[in-house]
Amino acid sequence: MRLSAQDLPSWASLLLLVAAALVGAAAYPGLLSGQVLLNLLIDNAFLLVVAVGMSFVILSGGIDLSVGSVVALTTMLLALGVERAHLSPWLLIPLLLAGGAAFGGLMGWVIHAFELPAFIVTLAGLFLARGLCYVLSVDSIAIRDETLAAWSQARWSLGPSGWIGEITPGAVCGLLLLALAVWVSRSTGFGRAVYALGGNETSAHLMGLPVAATRIAVYAVSGACAALGGVLFGIYTLSGYGLHAQGLELDAIAAVVIGGALLSGGTGHVLGALTGVLMLGLIQTLILFDGTLSSWWTRIAIGLLLGGFSSLQRLLVLLSRRF
Amino acid sequence: MNASVKHAGFVLLALWLLNAALNPGFINMRWQDGHAFGPLIDIVNRAAPLMVVAMGMTLVIAVRGIDISVGAVVAITAAVAAALLPGHGLGVALVGGLGAAALCGLFNGLLVVAGGIQPIIATLILMTAGRGIAQLITDGQILSIDHAGYAFLGSGFLLGLPFAPWLALALAALLGALKHRTALGLFLQAAGANPAAARLAGVNAAGLILAVYITCGLCGGLAGLMISANIQSADANNAGQMLELDAILAVTLGGTSLLGGRFSLRGSMLGALIIQTLTTSIYALGIAPEVTLVVKAAVVFAVSVSQSSVWRRRS
Repeated sequence: MRLSAQDLPSWASLLLLVAAALVGAAAYPGLLSGQVLLNLLIDNAFLLVVAVGMSFVILSGGIDLSVGSVVALTTMLLALGVERAHLSPWLLIPLLLAGGAAFGGLMGWVIHAFELPAFIVTLAGLFLARGLCYVLSVDSIAIRDETLAAWSQARWSLGPSGWIGEITPGAVCGLLLLALAVWVSRSTGFGRAVYALGGNETSAHLMGLPVAATRIAVYAVSGACAALGGVLFGIYTLSGYGLHAQGLELDAIAAVVIGGALLSGGTGHVLGALTGVLMLGLIQTLILFDGTLSSWWTRIAIGLLLGGFSSLQRLLVLLSRRF
Repeated sequence: MNASVKHAGFVLLALWLLNAALNPGFINMRWQDGHAFGPLIDIVNRAAPLMVVAMGMTLVIAVRGIDISVGAVVAITAAVAAALLPGHGLGVALVGGLGAAALCGLFNGLLVVAGGIQPIIATLILMTAGRGIAQLITDGQILSIDHAGYAFLGSGFLLGLPFAPWLALALAALLGALKHRTALGLFLQAAGANPAAARLAGVNAAGLILAVYITCGLCGGLAGLMISANIQSADANNAGQMLELDAILAVTLGGTSLLGGRFSLRGSMLGALIIQTLTTSIYALGIAPEVTLVVKAAVVFAVSVSQSSVWRRRS
């Protein structure tokens, strides 16, 4: 496999993740147990799903600030749908995913049709989705539906007689989506169009690629992923609340950047979202294991990591230009 | 005065007239104990921190940047000032708070200028770490502030009017003078409109951009002092929450393009007043406060579409 300078950040973050896990394991031997590692996936499945959607947006050179609010709105609609309207989750969840895709697609269309900055349009989306949450209800709504409660409690054993540990359907769902997204980004026309659009919009247009459709589709994918993230989050916490997932958009962007993508678009891998999310989860776990550090060290550590990675990427870009 | 600023002025006037039509008490002003009171005074007073931050943000956006760390800078400044106030007095607290804010701006500026990192990521670093740092300073507590001189910044009166808007006005006068009476305004617009051309024309774009980020940090710091003085406490978690988004919104509403170049400080101040008017009138009209965000979304959408070049070409 050829190693290009563009892939270096992705490999560097993977190495750093392994190194952080090993250093952590040296200090706290319990860290490398199967269940602790699986918990990283279980507790961050919704973030992984949201970050996968964000990857497509960032690869196309855009940004989506609305995802955290869409997650909150989805938990709200899920809770109201099963508790007040007594809808079956089997009917409700596909509707929510379609709704998320429509919401994202609409933002994409506005960005494209009016040539507006993605930052401002998705900021309006952030306000709208968060506002709709509070219009629906200002209280937290508990989910007591039997099907969803069963999904929330479900654990599948891994390895012979559960030797490795247990995993939740949510985490499996996140991994399946990641696999699908990696395939789409690498082996389909849509995936290549996303990279082309992020690399240079004018060139993509001159090459005859469907720029408008790609841009709208990218935001629709992000919206659908955010809605799926909301469904997972709602099942994970068994509640719908307008204050859920505050600032999640920034965690998702941080995860994608730590995973090796450039915000200017065209560079990075969807798989990097997994590295980034695991890194964020690992930092939290390490601070939890330490026990003496206060929670605010998490924010500081993530900030430092973000700074380190963006500097590293910049350095690599400069070096690759020189040679 | 360019068309966008007039546009923002009309929107603000229309909102005020609408308010006055729906609620005649809106334009009432009374004079009591040598102080002016009334809904309009209240709007201007509450909008002051946002006006200050929006002016700093305008300069950053003019040079094709963005600063999403201002909310965190507000929290850091408030924490530093509140921590210094009991032991060292008002002067040290103010200087320390603003010094911390300037350092934050310097950090952002260095990442952008020397590091060559995209502004949104460079300032995302401080946005993420900043509230952690503020909590570190306050040890996770909400520090209460008990100092009459400090409280004056947020709730005092000068010539019968609240003190905070005077501060915002003074800053506007200073920045306006720098923009219009010196070559700085021209240099800023040149560096924003075409960085390569500006550099070739001999503009020290790097130094200019660094200074702009420091100024934006200082604006965040001033707003942090105003906010913490107003609520007489430093809350590391909640002070200035979402302020960066409101500030960017105010700049956009005021007609400054996010793509850099021409900028309007007056427009951004009008934008801040529009945002505060919306919030206040939603409360005053008895609409559920939860709807504020939905209305905000509609306004952002309407104003940015009406300002977009596509829309202008069509009409």
